[in-house]
Amino acid sequence: MAKKRIVSTTINGDVTEFLCEPRQTLLEVLRDTLHLTGTKEGCGNGNCGSCTISMNGRPVTSCLVLAVEAEGADLRTIEGVARGSALDEVQQAFLEEAALQCGICTPGFIMQTEALLAENPDPTEEEVRFYLAGNLCRCTGYDKIVRAVLSAARKRRMTAEAAK
Amino acid sequence: MAERTIAWPKFGQAQILGKDTPRVYDGAKKALGLAKYAADMNTPGTLFARLLTSPHAHAIIKSLNVEPAKQVPGVKAVHVFRGVDTEVRWEGELIVAVAAERPEQAEDGLRAIAIEYEVLPHWVDDFDLAGAEAAKITDKGEPLKLTKSQGNQKKGDVEAALQEAKYVHKGTYGSAVITHMCLEPHGSHCEWKGDQLISHLSTQNVSGTAGQFAGPLGIEEAAVSINCEFIGGGFGSKFAADEWGIACAQMAKETGRPVRLMLDRGTELKVAGNRPSSLAEVTVACDADGKITAWDSNHWGTNGTGGGTVSLTVTPYVYDPPNRRRTATGIVTHTGPQRAWRAPNHPQACAYTQTAIDDLAAVAGIDSLSFVRKNLDITGRPAVYAAQLDIAAKLMDWQAKWHPRGKGQNGSVKTGLGLALHTWGGAAHAATCLVKVHPDGTVETFLGSQDIGTGIRTSIGVVAAETFGIPMTSVRVHIGSNKYPKAGPSGGSTTIGGVSGPVRRASQEALWQVLDKVAAKHSVDFATLAVKDSKVWSGDKEVCTWKQACSLLGPMGIEVRGEGPKDDGLTSAQVGGVQMAEVEVDTETGIVRMKKMVAIQDIGLVVNRLTAKSQVLGSLIMGIAYALSEERIMDPKTGRFINADLENYKLPRIGDVGELVVEFYEPESEYSRGVIGIGEPPVISPGAAISNAVANAIGVRVPILPLTPKRVLDAMKGA
Ligand code: FES
Ligand code: FES
Repeated sequence: MAKKRIVSTTINGDVTEFLCEPRQTLLEVLRDTLHLTGTKEGCGNGNCGSCTISMNGRPVTSCLVLAVEAEGADLRTIEGVARGSALDEVQQAFLEEAALQCGICTPGFIMQTEALLAENPDPTEEEVRFYLAGNLCRCTGYDKIVRAVLSAARKRRMTAEAAK
Repeated sequence: MAERTIAWPKFGQAQILGKDTPRVYDGAKKALGLAKYAADMNTPGTLFARLLTSPHAHAIIKSLNVEPAKQVPGVKAVHVFRGVDTEVRWEGELIVAVAAERPEQAEDGLRAIAIEYEVLPHWVDDFDLAGAEAAKITDKGEPLKLTKSQGNQKKGDVEAALQEAKYVHKGTYGSAVITHMCLEPHGSHCEWKGDQLISHLSTQNVSGTAGQFAGPLGIEEAAVSINCEFIGGGFGSKFAADEWGIACAQMAKETGRPVRLMLDRGTELKVAGNRPSSLAEVTVACDADGKITAWDSNHWGTNGTGGGTVSLTVTPYVYDPPNRRRTATGIVTHTGPQRAWRAPNHPQACAYTQTAIDDLAAVAGIDSLSFVRKNLDITGRPAVYAAQLDIAAKLMDWQAKWHPRGKGQNGSVKTGLGLALHTWGGAAHAATCLVKVHPDGTVETFLGSQDIGTGIRTSIGVVAAETFGIPMTSVRVHIGSNKYPKAGPSGGSTTIGGVSGPVRRASQEALWQVLDKVAAKHSVDFATLAVKDSKVWSGDKEVCTWKQACSLLGPMGIEVRGEGPKDDGLTSAQVGGVQMAEVEVDTETGIVRMKKMVAIQDIGLVVNRLTAKSQVLGSLIMGIAYALSEERIMDPKTGRFINADLENYKLPRIGDVGELVVEFYEPESEYSRGVIGIGEPPVISPGAAISNAVANAIGVRVPILPLTPKRVLDAMKGA
C-alpha cells in the first residue's frame, strides 16, 4: 500500500490539513474524512455534477480530482456558501422557487451556479442552461432551477447596486 | 365557525392550504448541504462495503474462495450472497460483499477473491420474440420460458368489428426497458446498539421495512429502528430492505462496527430495478365518423428473469372501445428484475395505445385533437378531459400551430404537435398521525412516513397550521422513523392523501378540545369559535390568543391520533390529465428537440401548490427522458448492460427540456373531491404526446421509444 500523504489546503476559509492515500479522490476525503457530506456523489465519473465544488475559484467535479491534487488549493464547498447561518441569494432562490426536490443534486447545482454568477452576474436563460448542462437532476423538471438562478442573479445585482 | 365535522375549509376560505408554500422545514438544510442521506452517515468506526458482482449474464459459480480477501489489510467482514453451484441469472447479480476500514481496502479485498464461473448461454433480447422462442437456451435447467398472459382478455366481437370498420390501422409500437436512475443509489448505514439494529435506509417505506430486516436476521421487529430523514429519489424502486441491506446489517453485527453499504452506480442500474419493456402489434379500427370500434393487440416484452411484461389491465389505455382483444407474452431475459416505476404499466400502455390511435386518426384523415374529442365518451372522465383539452389547446396555441401529418414547413427542420391523455388513482394509503398540542401553543405531528422529494413534510405542516390557525413555524413535523405511528409506503401517489387526512382529523379533534376549554373559560358558545392568525375568535371578536387557549390544557397538553383513510370526504381518487407536446425534428440528424410541453392535471384539492407543480414538472422531464433518450442497452453478445453509467445512459440536461407549462384543472367541483395524489399521473402521457408530435412533424411513425436519432432516421428511411 502506498504511503499516506499529508495535504494542506484551505477549505471554506479554514486552513485544513488531512491525511490521504494517493488514490483517494477529493470527494471521498471531503465526505468521509472531513465529514463535509454536503458534497454528494451521484456517479463517481464526472457525469452528474453532484460533487461540484470550487477549487481555486473554478468549479470542479471533485470525484475527478485526486485528494493529493488539492495541495495548496483554496477550496469552497456547499458548507461554505452561507453567510453564517443565513442562506446566500442562490440558496434562498433555490428554496423559494422550489428548485429542489429530493435535494441530492442541489449542492452541486448551487456550487455551479455560484461559479456562473461569479463569472457572469447577468446571464441569459440560454447561458444558464448552457453553464448548468453538466448537472443532472432526476426530480425537478429543471424549469424551476432556471427560474431560481435568474432570480438569484437579479437579487445579487440589486444588492451590488445598492452597495455602490 | 367551529363545527364538529371533519372537513376541509370551505372553497376559497383557506389561509395556507392550496397556496405556494416553500419547504420551511427541510429546504434550507438541503440548500446548505446539511441534509443527511443514508450515504452521509458515518458514525465513528464506520466500515465501508464494496460488492463483487457477476460479470456474466448467465453462469454457474464453480469455485469461490473468499479467504484471501479476509487477509487484506483493513478488511473486517466478508459476506457471501451466492456460493458455489449457484446459477447466476443476470450481469451484476451480487456475489460477495466486503467491508473494510476504507472503501479502497474493500476493493482490494474484492480483487483478492478467487472465483470461477461456468458460463452458460444467455438471452437478453426483449424485442425479438421469435428469436427468444427459437433460441435453444435454458434457464434453471429448463428451456427458456415464455409466459402467456391468462384470463379473459376479450370483449365484444373483434373480428366482426374489424370487418365493419371504415378505417383499420395496423402497426407495431413499444418502449424499451428503462431504469429508475435515482441520483442517490440504494443502500444503508447499519449499526447495532446492544440487540437493537439502527438502520439509516434510503427508503420509500419507513414503516414497512423493519420486518424485512428482522426476519432474516432472526431478531424481533421491535428491535429494528428504520430511519430515513432524506432520500435521494426512489421512483418506485426503494420499498424493500433488499439483500444488500440485510448484508449490511449482518456485517455490522459480525464486526460490532457500523457498516455503510451503498450500491455503486453500475450495480444500482443492474440490480435495483427497472421498468419492463412492452412491444405490441396493434390493430385498431374506427367508423366513418372516427369513432373507435375495435382494438386488437398482441404484446411482448420482458421484466427480467420473472418472464413477465406489462400488465394488460389498462390496455387499450384510457379508451375502452366496445370490442377488444389482447394477449401478451413475457420473455425471460437474463437481466435484472423489474420494480415498480412511477405509474406502473401506464406510461407503456399510454405509449402504444395513443400512438396507434393517432395513426388511425391520420389514416382516417381526421386531425389528432378532433379525433380524441370524438372518442372521449369511451373514456372514464369525458367531461374533465374535454375541459382540459380546451385549456391545453389554448396554452399550446394548437389551432394556429396545427398542420396535417408531415405537411408542415419545407426545409430539413420540421415541427410537429402531439397530444395524449392519462388517468390514475391516487387514493390515500393507510396512516396514523399523532398530534401533540403543547401548553405554549406549539404543535408537533408524528408519522412514520417519508419525504421522497415531494415536500411531504411541508404539506403536513400546511395542513396542521391551517387547522390550528397558526404559522407553519409553530408546527414541528416529525417523519422518517418507524418508531412513529405507522404510515404507508410512498408509492402509487398515495402519500399526500395518506398523510393529509390523518393530520387534518387529529388536528381538528385536538382543536375542538382546545376550543371546548376556551368556550367554558370565557363563557362563549363553542359553535361561534374559530381560529386565525394565532388567535381564537368568536365571530369577529377576539377571545384570546392561541397561546392563552392552549395554556388551558394544563401542563401536559394533549395528544390526539388521527387515522385514515376514512369515508369523510377529506380524500378521494381518480384523476385525468391531458398533455400536448411541440417538437422540432432535424430530419438530417434525426435529433428531436423539445420546444414546449403543456400539462393540464386534474388534482382534487391542492395542499401545496408550489410542490404539487414541481411534481408535474419533474414528471415532464422524466417523460421527456424515456420518450427521447433513456434506455437500457443490453449487448446480445456478452449479455451485459453496456450503458450502465451516467455518461452513456442518456438523461435530458437542463437545456434539453424546452418550455414547460403546467396548470391544474381545479373548478370548485374538483376542490370538493378532497386530496388526491398526482406524483405519478403526469409522467404517463409524455411518451405518446411526444411520439405523436414527432410523427406529425416528419410524416412517419417512429414506433419504439425512446425516439433516438437512429430510430428517427431509420423510420424515415423506411418511409
Ligand atoms: S459524482 Fe462527480 S460528477 Fe457525478
Ligand atoms: S432534486 Fe432530486 S435529483 Fe435533483
